[in-house]
Amino acid sequence: MRIELVKRKERSQFMALFSPLIAVGMTVLAAGIIFAVTGHNPLEALYKFFIEPLTQQWSLEATINKATPLILIGCGLAVCYLSNNWNIGAEGQFVVGALFGSILPVLFPSFENVATLPLMLIFGAVGGALWALIPAVLKTRFNTNEILTSLMLVYVASLILDYLVRGPWRDPDGYNFPESRIFSDAATLPDVFGGLMSLSTPITILIAVILAVVLAKTLKGFEIRVMGESPRAGGFAGFSAKGLTLFSFALAGGLAGLAGTMEVSGGLNQLLPVISPGYGFTAIIVAFLGRLNPIAIIVAGFVLALSYIGGEGVQSAMGVSNKIASVIQGLLLFFVLACDTLILYRVRMVSRRVSAAEVSHV
Amino acid sequence: MFEAVLLTVITAATPILIAAIGELVAERSGVLNLGVEGMMIMGAVIGFAVANQTGSGTLGVIAAVAAGMAMSALFGFLVLILVANQVATGLALTILGIGFSGLIGEAFIGVPGLILPELYIPVLSEIPFIGPVFFQQDAIVYLGFALVAVVAYVLFKTRLGLVLRAVGNNHGSAHALGYSVIKVRFMAVLFGGGCAGLAGAYMSLAYTPQWVENMTAGRGWIALALVVFSSWLPLRVIVGAYLFGAVSVLNLHAQAVELDIPSQLLSSLPYLATIVVLVLISANRRLTLVNTPACLGKPFVPDR
Amino acid sequence: MKSILKATVAAAALVVAGSAANAADVKACFVYVGPVGDFGWSYQHDQGRLAVEAKFGDKVETAYLESVPEGPDAERAIERFAREGCNIIFTTSFGYMNPTLKVAKKFPDVKFEHATGYKSADNVATYNSKFHEGRYIIGQIAAKQSKSGVAGYIASFPIPEVVAGINAFLLGAQSVNPDFKLKVVWVNTWFDPGKEADAAKALIDQGADVITQHTDSTAPLQVAQERGAHGFGQASDMINFAKDAQYTAIIDDWAPYYVHRVQDVLDGKWESGSAWDGLAEGHVVMAPYTNLPDDVVEMAKATEAKIIGGWEPFTGPITKQDGSVAAEDGVRLDDGAILGMNWYVQGVDDKLPQ
Repeated sequence: MRIELVKRKERSQFMALFSPLIAVGMTVLAAGIIFAVTGHNPLEALYKFFIEPLTQQWSLEATINKATPLILIGCGLAVCYLSNNWNIGAEGQFVVGALFGSILPVLFPSFENVATLPLMLIFGAVGGALWALIPAVLKTRFNTNEILTSLMLVYVASLILDYLVRGPWRDPDGYNFPESRIFSDAATLPDVFGGLMSLSTPITILIAVILAVVLAKTLKGFEIRVMGESPRAGGFAGFSAKGLTLFSFALAGGLAGLAGTMEVSGGLNQLLPVISPGYGFTAIIVAFLGRLNPIAIIVAGFVLALSYIGGEGVQSAMGVSNKIASVIQGLLLFFVLACDTLILYRVRMVSRRVSAAEVSHV
Repeated sequence: MFEAVLLTVITAATPILIAAIGELVAERSGVLNLGVEGMMIMGAVIGFAVANQTGSGTLGVIAAVAAGMAMSALFGFLVLILVANQVATGLALTILGIGFSGLIGEAFIGVPGLILPELYIPVLSEIPFIGPVFFQQDAIVYLGFALVAVVAYVLFKTRLGLVLRAVGNNHGSAHALGYSVIKVRFMAVLFGGGCAGLAGAYMSLAYTPQWVENMTAGRGWIALALVVFSSWLPLRVIVGAYLFGAVSVLNLHAQAVELDIPSQLLSSLPYLATIVVLVLISANRRLTLVNTPACLGKPFVPDR
Repeated sequence: MKSILKATVAAAALVVAGSAANAADVKACFVYVGPVGDFGWSYQHDQGRLAVEAKFGDKVETAYLESVPEGPDAERAIERFAREGCNIIFTTSFGYMNPTLKVAKKFPDVKFEHATGYKSADNVATYNSKFHEGRYIIGQIAAKQSKSGVAGYIASFPIPEVVAGINAFLLGAQSVNPDFKLKVVWVNTWFDPGKEADAAKALIDQGADVITQHTDSTAPLQVAQERGAHGFGQASDMINFAKDAQYTAIIDDWAPYYVHRVQDVLDGKWESGSAWDGLAEGHVVMAPYTNLPDDVVEMAKATEAKIIGGWEPFTGPITKQDGSVAAEDGVRLDDGAILGMNWYVQGVDDKLPQ
C-alpha cells in the first residue's frame, strides 16, 4: 500500500469549496478526541468551544473584534503570498505601525481636531509600510532571504516599542509605570454596537472587499497572480518581479500598520510594552485558511477568533487547559494544508502491482 | 575570566548549533522547515519527562530525538507526500509544538530535573585553559561538534552527500537519474527533526535543567537564521553559533561592566547582526549561488 | 448524522441545566498574565486561588484564565467573568489596570481587585505586597555571606517595584558592610530561563558570589548551585532546584489576602480599598533559612521581627546615587516615594535605565 498523488487536469472547483469544510470537520473531531483524552465531556466542551460564543451578543461582538486585526493583516499577507513574497514579519509591521500612529496622541496630545484620527491612521499605514519595505529592499537589492529578515525585524520592532514605552514615551503622570499617556477622545476610534467593537471592523471589511475586487478584476490583480504562478511568464508580459516585491510588502506592511494603529486607538487607548498577542503570526494561518482570498479570509479570521473566544470559554467554565486552544489551532492549519492537496491532486491508495497496471491504462 | 566567559558562550551556542546543523541538512535537500522551534520544544518536554520518569538522562535524550523526528515526520508527510506549502506547514508545526509541549509538560512544572553529567576526557582535560573549556563538557556538547564533522564529511565526501545535494539543487535531474527525491528529502527532514529534538533535550537537561513552558524562547528561529548565515556550509555553522552565543552573552557582560547603552539595543544586537550578515552573504552572488540549494522550498511531484 | 445532531442538542441542554444548578454562594474568578506553570508569579496567585477553594469548599466556586495578554484580550476576559456570574474578580497583572476599570464601570455590582496598580474605584480595590521588606533581609544575608563583597542582581524591567527591590537589597547589605558592591544586569524579560542563566553566569564571572533575581525562573539558582555560588528564591520556595545554593526565598503568599477578601464578599462586608502588606500580614513570607551559619540566621530572624514590629527598611539616612539626600536620619520614606521609586541608592554599580 502507498499513497499516490495524481495531478488533476485543472483545479477542482468542488474541492476548493469543500476542502476547508473537511478540514474544519476533522479539526472538530480531533478536538473532541483531545477533550475526551484529557478527561472532559467532549460534547459539552465542543459546544462551549465552537457554538456558545455565537449564541450571545457580547461574545459574538468579542469574536468579531478579535477577528478584525487578523483579517486586515491576513489580507495584506495574501497579496504577498500570492506573488511569492514570504513576509512573515507582519507582527513587527503591526507594532511599528502602531508606533507611527501614536506619534500624534503621545507627543502632541493637544492636537485635537477632526484631522487627528485620519492622520493617525495614515501615519500608521505609512509606518508599517516603511518597516515592511526593509526586507523588500534587501530582497530586491541584495537578494537577501525575506523570510529571515522580516522575522528578525519582528524582534527589533518589539524592542523599539519596549524602549519607547519605558523611556521617552512614558506617561509623565504614570508613576514611572511602562505605559504611554491615555489617548484623548479625538484620538480614539469610536465604538460601534455594544461597545466591544470599534470602527476598525467596518473599515477592515471595506478594505477586504476592495482588495477582493482589485485581485479579481484589475490588471494589478492579474499581475500579482501571474507573477506568483510563473515569474517567467510574468516577465514576458512586462511585469517587474522587483516592483511587485516592493508593492506587496508595502501593501502588507501598510495594512498591518493600519491594524496596529486601530488596535491601539480603538482598543488599548494607550501604548503598552506589548500591544499584540501575536496577531501578525496568527494572521499567517488566517491567510492560508482563507486560501489567500480576501473574502474567504474574513471567514477564516472569524473562525480563528472563535477558537480564542471558545478556548477561553472552556477554560473558564470547565478548567480546560488553554494550551488545548493552541493545539487545536495548529491542527486546524495542518488539516487545511493537507486537504488543500485535494484541489490540485487526486489521492489514490494503491498497492504497488495494481498501480503499475493502472498507470499503463492511463 | 576569559575562560569562564568562553564556557558560557559554549553552553549558549550548543542548542542553536545542533538545531542548525539538522536544519542545514534538510535545507540542502531542498526542504525549508520553519518548524524548528516546535520540534525543539517537543524535544525539550519529552526529554525532560522521560529522563524524569526513568531516571536516565540517556533515555531522555533518545526520547527527545525520537520526539523531534516524529514531529518532522508529520511535517514531511504534509509537504513531501501531500505537497503542502512548506512555509505554512512549518509555522503550523511550531504552533502545534508549543501547545502540545505545554499540555504534556503540565505535570512536570516545578519538578527539579536531571542534570546530564559532565564528561571529562582523560589527558586532554588536563591541558591548561583548553582542557576545562573544551574537554570538560557534557556529552551533548561533544555530540554537537561530532554532528557538524559528520555532516560536513558526508555532505561533501560521500556519494550519499552528492545525492542529497543533487536532490536539493535540481530535483528534476536527480529524479531522472533514478534517485527517489521524496525518500531522500524525507530522510533529511527526519535528520533535521532528530537534531532539533536533541537541541531541545540540551535545553531541558543541561542548559537550564527543568521544564517550563516556552523554554526554548525563540532559539529555533535563531537556528534557522544561522543556516542562512552559514551559507549552508556546516563548518560555518560553528562559527555562526559561537558568534551568536558570544553576542548574547557579551550583552550581559557589557552591562555588568557598566557600558552605558540601552539594554533593548543590546538585546536587539543578535537580530540586527543576523540581518547584516544575511545581507553581506546574499550580496555576494557567487558565494550564494554556489551553495544555496536551488530547489529550496520548491515542492516536487514526480510526473507520470 | 441525525443522531449526532440529537446528541449535540442533548448535550447543549445538559450544559444549560448544569449551569443553572450552581449551588455556590460566591464565585471568585482570577485572571493571570502568565501560565500557572511558570512556577513564579502566576503560579503563586493560583496557589492563592487553591487556598480559597480549600478554605470555603462548596460555598465558593472559582475559575481562572491563564496567559491572558494585557490589552483588549484582558478586557474581554474580565468582561467574560463579569457576565458569567463572578462576584469578585482578581486581575493579577499591572497591565490589567485600565481594562479592569473599564469593565468595572459596566458592572457596578461585581467586585474587582487589581494587583500592583494605583487606580481604584468604588468597586475596584487594589492590592500589592511589600516585597522590598524581604529584599532588605536577603541583602543583609548576602553581605554576611559574600567573600568577594560583590553581589549580582538579575533585574527584569526598571519599574519602581524592581528599583525599590534593588535599593532595599543594597541598603540591607550596606547595614552589614558599608562597602558592599552590587552589580545589576537587566535582562528585559520576566521569564526566559536561558537568558537568566546566562546573566547569572556573567555576574558570577564578574566576581559576584551571591546572586539574586527579580525574574521568575529557577535558572539563576541552578547556575549558582552548579558554580558553587549562592542565591535566593523568587516568588516561590525554590529549594528543590538548589539544595546547597538557596539561602532563603521571598515567597509571595496571596492566600491570606484572597481568603480574607472572599470572606468579606460572603459576609457582605466587601469595601474598596488599597492593601499594601508585607511580612507582618503574612503576604510576604521568608522560606526556611538554609545553608547558613547560626549567627546569620539569627540576624535574619531579628530583622524579620523588627520589620514585623513596624520598622520600614526605607528609613534614613538614605543617600541617592547622585549624592543627594533621599531621607534624613530616622525619617522614613512615604509610601508614594517607594511605590514610584526611580532612583538608585548610593553604591549601586549600574546606571538606572531611563
